[in-house]
Amino acid sequence: MTDVKTYLREWAMPHVLCPGCAHGIVLRSFLESVDQLQLDRNKVAMVAGIGCSSRLVGYVDFCTLHGTHGRAPAFATGLKLARPELNVVVVTGDGDGLAIGGNHLIHAARRNIDMTVLMLNNSIYGMTGGQAAPTTPEGSVASTTPQGNTEPNFDACKLLIGAGASHVVRVLAANPLEMTKVMADAMTHPGFSFIEIISDCPEYFGRYNKVGGGAEMLSWMAVRDEGITIPLANKSFVKHVPSSAPPSGMKTGVLHREVRPVYAGVRGEQ
Amino acid sequence: MSTAQLIQGNEACVKGALAAGCSFYGGYPITPSSEIAEQMVRLLPKRGGVFIQMEDEIASLASVIGASLAGSKAMTATSGPGFSLMQEHIGYATMTEVPCVIVNVMRGGPSTGLPTSPSQGDVMQARWGTHGDHPAIVLAPASVGEVFDLTVKAFNLSERFRTPVILLYDEIIGHTRESVVLPDSVDITNRTHPDVAPEDFWPKEAPPAGVPPMPGFGDGYRFHVTGLTHDHRGFPTNDGDIAEALITRLHQKIETNLDEISEVETYMLDDAEIAIFAYGIVGRSAREAVIRAREAGIKAGLIRPLTIWPFPTAEVAAAAQQVDTMIVAEMNLGQLIGEVERAAAGATEIVSYLRVDGEPITPTVLLDLMMPGTGASS
Repeated sequence: MTDVKTYLREWAMPHVLCPGCAHGIVLRSFLESVDQLQLDRNKVAMVAGIGCSSRLVGYVDFCTLHGTHGRAPAFATGLKLARPELNVVVVTGDGDGLAIGGNHLIHAARRNIDMTVLMLNNSIYGMTGGQAAPTTPEGSVASTTPQGNTEPNFDACKLLIGAGASHVVRVLAANPLEMTKVMADAMTHPGFSFIEIISDCPEYFGRYNKVGGGAEMLSWMAVRDEGITIPLANKSFVKHVPSSAPPSGMKTGVLHREVRPVYAGVRGEQ
Repeated sequence: MSTAQLIQGNEACVKGALAAGCSFYGGYPITPSSEIAEQMVRLLPKRGGVFIQMEDEIASLASVIGASLAGSKAMTATSGPGFSLMQEHIGYATMTEVPCVIVNVMRGGPSTGLPTSPSQGDVMQARWGTHGDHPAIVLAPASVGEVFDLTVKAFNLSERFRTPVILLYDEIIGHTRESVVLPDSVDITNRTHPDVAPEDFWPKEAPPAGVPPMPGFGDGYRFHVTGLTHDHRGFPTNDGDIAEALITRLHQKIETNLDEISEVETYMLDDAEIAIFAYGIVGRSAREAVIRAREAGIKAGLIRPLTIWPFPTAEVAAAAQQVDTMIVAEMNLGQLIGEVERAAAGATEIVSYLRVDGEPITPTVLLDLMMPGTGASS
């Protein structure tokens, strides 16, 4: 196996991520999946939006596009249609992908464009300082929900299955080996693959909700049974939500897989 | 040998784009530009190109930028409300220096406004619609034939200077059918590819007013593209000196090459005492008004920019030195007139004729303005 460092732009270091943030673990798993598949790095295009997770693409030695907030799937669509031999991977976050970019994400899924989307869900807007996202669990504290979030949160995988994504997986950043396998699997799937990666934000989500630092947050993920149980699912950390409230646990694993025609735009006979 | 064809402005735009080498179209339906998409989907695949109808105008221009980064010549077309949505990516393409062509077939605004009526209400938005300091190249054809020519020019300039180029015309030109004879072939400009090995390549390395070479994604050059202020490596930086140098270069690559970009038509201006400044469809009414004024013994002339941004300051200043009166006619409440006043710097009297009722400005009203006894000529 190649040293994953050879896939990095070491000249671009140091990186912008905070101590305890699991996004770096996710990136390592991704690079290992690229290495496993022996992809030609000249043909790997990573396309990102705006936010902490989107900044990952700056540090990898591929063709990398750091676009505008939420629009990565639309940039990636043009790229893939114009250059079908590229392996196109979108890196997005929960705010980037589900709030401002929700429309682009569902339409790329509906068309079944051949790309892999890694959505790093840390349940909050990290880069802008810890504001509530569409994934912030009800009751939890963010800088814009000081009394606890009163909005329901998205189940991204259900949304993407509904939109027509042909391969939908949820995986935990706490399980790097599984992530690598899941990512390699997704990149070989013909069509639109969506991977929701439950990551963490100790700096804001962890601090505001008093659930500890990166290690503690990842440990909680790792003891999941069917999904993310403690403490996210039980909302045990949320003082404004009664303990009788239904758990918000979401299942991990491959949630949907089908093979259906890949869309490549209106084009002439090849 | 080419023969005459009876076609719409929007069709001429498609033909111009194909002649220029366009191989990708991403768009979203909107009146009065939709014929461009409807023609593109029929013609582009036959030429080996790709068409996609995106989910909105934001995504349309994003797909165009993605395709251009992959090496294609790419375009989109829209009208006012969609043009508003595209501002985000006009700025992105300017900052990242990704060539692309954006057509705005203007209709009345603001908001959804007058969807089927002509307007020139977007000329300032085309210049300043996206945030931050940025250059803009905006072309304004006045006829179906000119739509063809300036579409080709838009692609060539976007490739030459690695910048978005906006083609701005109105509903009348978009929908009017005229007999045109189109050339069999046109001169084509392609972006410059790097002449260094991938390991020696930095994506934004360029002299102060220069245009960096541009490989495509997948060509063997691995590089970073970001809308954040970046250094020669294409990597984000907060260094103020680097930020200033980048923004200055983006402007200077345009401003030091006006001879390639700027195009201004004058008609009977040499001995004129009264001139009309007009562009786009109004330029045609103005030309007819000048002909009729000359028949009536009035020394009238026309100054008509085909490139409205960068604004032809020198040409307007020279005309202002010469004439007693300059009539500025626009289908808006006065947008380019401010630039004319700035260029004229008090050297001539400036009279405006403006309308926003969705009706064209006719030769007759402009002629009336020039007749003795009216405000403009007395």
